[in-house]
Amino acid sequence: MNWSWFFKLGSPKWFYQMAGRWQPWIWALTFIGLATGCVWGLAIAPADYYQGDLQRIMYIHVPAAYLSMFVYVVMAVAGAIGIIWRMKMAYYVSMSCSPIGAAFTFLALVTGSLWGKPTWGTYWVFDARLTSELILLFLYLGHMALFNAIEDRKNADRAAAVLAIVGIVNIPIIHFSVEWWNSLHQPASLSKLEKPSIDQSMLWPLLIMIVSFKLLFVSLLFPYVRNHTLWREKDSQWVQQEVEQ
Amino acid sequence: MILTLLKREIRLINRKRSELLNPIVFFILVTVLFPFGVSPEPALLQQIAPGVIWVCALLSVLLSLDSLYRDDFDDGSLVQLLMAGVAPGLIVLAKSMCNWLFTAIPLIIVSPLIGIMLNLSDSAFWAMVVSLLLGTPSVCLIAAIGMSLTVGLRKGGILLALLVLPLYVPILIFGAMAVNAATMGQSYSGQLLFLAAILVFTVSMAPWAAGAALKISVSE
Repeated sequence: MNWSWFFKLGSPKWFYQMAGRWQPWIWALTFIGLATGCVWGLAIAPADYYQGDLQRIMYIHVPAAYLSMFVYVVMAVAGAIGIIWRMKMAYYVSMSCSPIGAAFTFLALVTGSLWGKPTWGTYWVFDARLTSELILLFLYLGHMALFNAIEDRKNADRAAAVLAIVGIVNIPIIHFSVEWWNSLHQPASLSKLEKPSIDQSMLWPLLIMIVSFKLLFVSLLFPYVRNHTLWREKDSQWVQQEVEQ
Repeated sequence: MILTLLKREIRLINRKRSELLNPIVFFILVTVLFPFGVSPEPALLQQIAPGVIWVCALLSVLLSLDSLYRDDFDDGSLVQLLMAGVAPGLIVLAKSMCNWLFTAIPLIIVSPLIGIMLNLSDSAFWAMVVSLLLGTPSVCLIAAIGMSLTVGLRKGGILLALLVLPLYVPILIFGAMAVNAATMGQSYSGQLLFLAAILVFTVSMAPWAAGAALKISVSE
């Protein structure tokens, strides 16, 4: 097995240039995916029998909620890689994840409460799924606040990574909250192992939206990481050359 | 090793006994503010009492933490301990045990008094004491993680709350649920078992995390 790609990932310069080259293509893919998913989900897919067109919020809400957890896991794993193998690039990725993850979490909470008002009759209830998602938002905010509060950047990296790893206990709580407690929120409709409890005509646009949201995460992550890299490596030679050009 | 560390912490606490009273006075004061702020009506107070007692206990523990770490950090004894090869997890464990013994236990002793003042029903009395006994050690340990992360910062106080309070939510939910269930005359052993499970988890994991954080903070 050739591991050189893994070590290349650890080089800020290599990552910066690779991300710069790939960026336009990933953005293009994201736009194609989002456009297809939106049109299919919002216009072509059938309306729900009970909820009518209201149910179409799902095509934004579910991917955003899924990504809010996915980004957290990426952030924590990148932080762990940073601590274990002392790769600074992993820290940069970890730190760049938290504003994006916070945005996805916020989006999931907002679309969820807009969906909840007409269907449940309330914008917000303190039940397990909603509360744990709100905690996730605070974890993201705490992660950013801790990083910005510590003046020594290297220590800030490591402290934020430890916090991200500690906070990961919240992820299974969010995921299983609808199964463990009687929640107003409905149980998961998608599962890796079982047949999904959602009709094919709605499943496909939803899956497309989830994949495009993941692509959107990558396309947002790249500029964040590139900026962070430039800022952190501002004393190195290649950054100064890059800026001069 | 842990015994030596514990003895050291206890001796340090003995030297500044007046600080021990502060969290308890804070606890009593804040809980007493609620009847003024909400309503002195006994029926309403009875309803909110479990939550009020639990939230105030969490905040009191959080506030008590600073003196336990800050002084050691400022006078360099934390660095010395780490340089001497003491495992950072052990230091945190000793500090958390001390924190629990000298802050949480007095709070639990005072809590029946608050319960009477807030008109908590008699049937909920034991639920409150036992849930606090099971829940507060986890509270001390989780707070230790946050404190270890922020001990190097000059203005870590509000940041500590931002980092730690979200992690308190499960403990608060089960603790207050147990007392609520007891108030309504239901069985509350399920909630207590959940608190015990959280305690087992935090005792086994939190010292590691807090130790790693302490090392990072001290290395500045």
